[in-house]
Amino acid sequence: MESQAFQKVYTKLTNITKATVTLKADGVGYDEIASVNGKLAQVVKITGDEITLQIFEGTEGIPTNAEVSFLGRPPQLKVSDELAGRFFNAFGDPIDGGPEVQGEVRDIGSPSVNPVRREQPSNLIATGIAGIDLNNTLVSGQKIPFFADPDQPYNQVMAMVALRAKADKIILGGMGLTNDDYLYFKNVFDNAGALDRIVSFVNTTENPPVERLLVPDMALTAAEYFAVDKNESVLVLLTDMTLFADALSIVSNRMDQIPSKDSMPGSLYSDLARIYEKAVQFPEGGSITIVAVTTLSGGDITHAIPDNTGYITEGQLFLRRDSEIGKVIVDPFRSLSRLKQLVIGKQTRDDHPQVMNSAIRLYADAANARTKLENGFDLTDYDERTLDFAKEYSNRLLAIDVNVGTDKMLDIGWELFAKHFKKAEVAIKENLVEKYWKD
Amino acid sequence: MEKENKTTGTVVGIVSNLVMVEVNGPVAQNEICFIALDQEHLMAEVIKVVGKHAYVQVFESTRGLKPGSTVEFQGHMLEVTLGPGILSRNYDGLQNDLDKMEGVFLKRGEYTDPLDREKKWGFKPIAQKGDEVQAGDWLGEVNENDQPHKIMVPFKMKGTYKIKEIVGEGEYTVDHKIAVVTDADGTETELTMVQKWPVKVAMSAFREKPRPFKLLETGVRCMDTLNPITEGGTGFIPGPFGTGKTVLQHAISKQAEADIVIIAACGERANEVVEIFTEFPELEDPRTGKKLIERTIIIANTSNMPVAAREASVYTAMTIGEYYRAMGLKVLLMADSTSRWAQALREMSNRLEELPGPDAFPMDLSAVISNFYSRAGFVYLNNDKTGSITFIGTVSPAGGNLKEPVTESTRKAARCFYGLSQARADSKRYPAIDPIDSYSKYLEYPEVQKNLEENVSEEWLSQVNKAKDALLRGKESMEQINILGDDGVPISFHETFWKSELIDFVILQQDAFDKIDSSTPMKRQKYMLTKVLEVISREYSFNHFEEVGGFFKEVINEFKQMNYSEYESDKFRQHEKELEELLKKQAN
Repeated sequence: MESQAFQKVYTKLTNITKATVTLKADGVGYDEIASVNGKLAQVVKITGDEITLQIFEGTEGIPTNAEVSFLGRPPQLKVSDELAGRFFNAFGDPIDGGPEVQGEVRDIGSPSVNPVRREQPSNLIATGIAGIDLNNTLVSGQKIPFFADPDQPYNQVMAMVALRAKADKIILGGMGLTNDDYLYFKNVFDNAGALDRIVSFVNTTENPPVERLLVPDMALTAAEYFAVDKNESVLVLLTDMTLFADALSIVSNRMDQIPSKDSMPGSLYSDLARIYEKAVQFPEGGSITIVAVTTLSGGDITHAIPDNTGYITEGQLFLRRDSEIGKVIVDPFRSLSRLKQLVIGKQTRDDHPQVMNSAIRLYADAANARTKLENGFDLTDYDERTLDFAKEYSNRLLAIDVNVGTDKMLDIGWELFAKHFKKAEVAIKENLVEKYWKD
Repeated sequence: MEKENKTTGTVVGIVSNLVMVEVNGPVAQNEICFIALDQEHLMAEVIKVVGKHAYVQVFESTRGLKPGSTVEFQGHMLEVTLGPGILSRNYDGLQNDLDKMEGVFLKRGEYTDPLDREKKWGFKPIAQKGDEVQAGDWLGEVNENDQPHKIMVPFKMKGTYKIKEIVGEGEYTVDHKIAVVTDADGTETELTMVQKWPVKVAMSAFREKPRPFKLLETGVRCMDTLNPITEGGTGFIPGPFGTGKTVLQHAISKQAEADIVIIAACGERANEVVEIFTEFPELEDPRTGKKLIERTIIIANTSNMPVAAREASVYTAMTIGEYYRAMGLKVLLMADSTSRWAQALREMSNRLEELPGPDAFPMDLSAVISNFYSRAGFVYLNNDKTGSITFIGTVSPAGGNLKEPVTESTRKAARCFYGLSQARADSKRYPAIDPIDSYSKYLEYPEVQKNLEENVSEEWLSQVNKAKDALLRGKESMEQINILGDDGVPISFHETFWKSELIDFVILQQDAFDKIDSSTPMKRQKYMLTKVLEVISREYSFNHFEEVGGFFKEVINEFKQMNYSEYESDKFRQHEKELEELLKKQAN
């Protein structure tokens, strides 16, 4: 298909909508890409010789006599080590002023990993944030989103996680990022001297929304190159998946598909799963870990996007502002890492599971005490102590500005237990209490 | 529908995995065809025919497919291949052996043989020359992982046949001739150990399908004790994400008293299947001492694998289940999750531009689900032996709302409902099965009641009802306490509440990760329930409401220690003794 000189050019569009155009053409393959007056497009429907194309940039200004040529291939990315340190747009073209990347051409949206060839994830990812490492430990090969309201500092936390995780490569897939956030990521990575292990595919709010659909596949094609060909551990950051899902609904709407719940396409679950399931631990040592962001509207997790995401991902992280200490914390109640069982107490100290559970239980008691207080009931001595504990626990462990090792987190836990409670109230196995209790 | 001349066709339209084919001959609904794409052949199934156009759903990605590609129809529906060597295999939704595939990534158009054609099996004849046989009758037996795998007259054969010859005891491959049978006209048919069956058609080679009546022990207390499922029964587990559906399903599949366990991982997380792949070869079957994987078949069509194959996967699993049931075995089939299957139906219906039902699901969703659940059941085979398929499906209700179409439709079809509650999961009360909303219709069957009276005890049913009543009263008391405040109600309200908490902590809650507590045999469940009810029936004296919780917390602790101890061990007895002393102190 390299014989571009002989390519047939079509110049008669029969139909134009906001996102698609239709024309008559022969010998066109499904999913193939095309150029419409220089704009990139993809085949989404073939009926006889009628071809419907989805124009990523939108159809503004496209005339019925636009020049259409088909490229005979799906969207592709050139992969090589040259990707490292570079910034690209949704089509994989450099936006940092640097040269074209040379390398092997790969189709994006590659097939799935055979489930029997996967390895069980078992390597802990340390972030220094106790709300994550202590209570919701991440494991390489895991996929987990932040469920956050738009005003929360999820991009900052994600950048922090990315820099502290000892990943060989970090791949940023930005969808509908504001230009400010894009520059923020760029600065943070630059300042940390980490640019050489970061690859970014960015679609900002200035770019057309439908382009976003290509970003996760581009990012994951690059991730697979490093994880499979180079056996590296790769961390993929996808922000914001809600805007990706919105773009899906725009396209399905333009194609007259019947919407299901919350105006989302009926295939939303499969569309999201195709992306998130790229997270994998390969037997040869390489891995792809996905940390994503799903913004919520008003904290509603029953909306189709977070709901479907929750069924696909291995847990979720919630951020919350704790008014007692005036800081943002990782909410210990609603957050969950499904894979933590594979590493806690095994790759971390033996007291990890018990300290984690007891601290959360006592924090829950504090929440009950607070409800009592608000309802005007009297507090017992125990209630008072849980409230003191909760404040300190929140400040020294749950807050996102904490950066300590896991052993230190556990030590702080024991310190707080001893300060506020009796041994029996903490209810931890006797042998651990003997070993770690700080008098 | 076998045809001499195969119908062929040409691709004329493509929308995602729905392809429109212009055909030159007869095609049947659900017929299988292969679409040529470069060197590959993509498998597809006819789902609608309009005039000369057949609409087919492709089980693979259609990327690069062009109009004009040739299509060859196969003259049969989607079939599975049945024979010795299915146990402990990992299949995809179309019964391709995943372990036989090359490379890390799934390749489009790669189809692998579900059976091992080289391996020799020790065959022992059961039928004799001259016997009259019909579909499903046992010709002989081979030992498959210590299960008596029956070689049967193929289910597709109609009418009666006479055995003209049958091989003697010996080692044969699956394709070796095992027997020759003749029909009434004298036409001979050669039989091997292999047969095929279309997955969407229910196998009916049995004499009778009575109502299920025998309890199927799962070792999960809040199921067996409060809402038992039966051998050949159907149940479903709806629950929002994070409420422990998968952990519960894994627990049931590890512990249930079944000969064969089939797990259909239908559109769920790949890492969960990996967990089964990793764990089951290590775990021991408590009843046989053999590894769990030896009696297990896994159908893995995870969420990122093609959607149409996901729809097929549950049928593939059910058909393999029916095959083993016809051998007189107890099969347990678990599907996680049937919502993903329903979503696959929705995606297709949407592309076919059918008028949608509620939440854009197809209008016949309810009928499709009922039809599928009806294939489970307990049967008497033609030789009076029995077999069963117990089916438990999980449902992932959108937004945790149990009024959504898949949950509603399943509720009409399944006889047991194990609703997982977000509130219970949030307070870490696992398994999070809601004791008040959940039900088992089987408890109303007189034949089940009789079975329980004979096998558990005469009083069992009344005990179970007492426990349920106590839970309900406890919930009501708690609501009153919450409204009126701790000291705004009589102390007896606190007592009623804490008595229900006792049942909750001791009977309902169970530690799936503890070696002993994770699985409780029926005998032990009976002992514990009797004990708990006895404690509840006693009267205690309290001076202040704060004493009530303190006392019952200690009682619960003793009971929990009993749950964690080996049944009737010294430690178990020790805690029982401590419990007695505690109770005496507080006695009225």
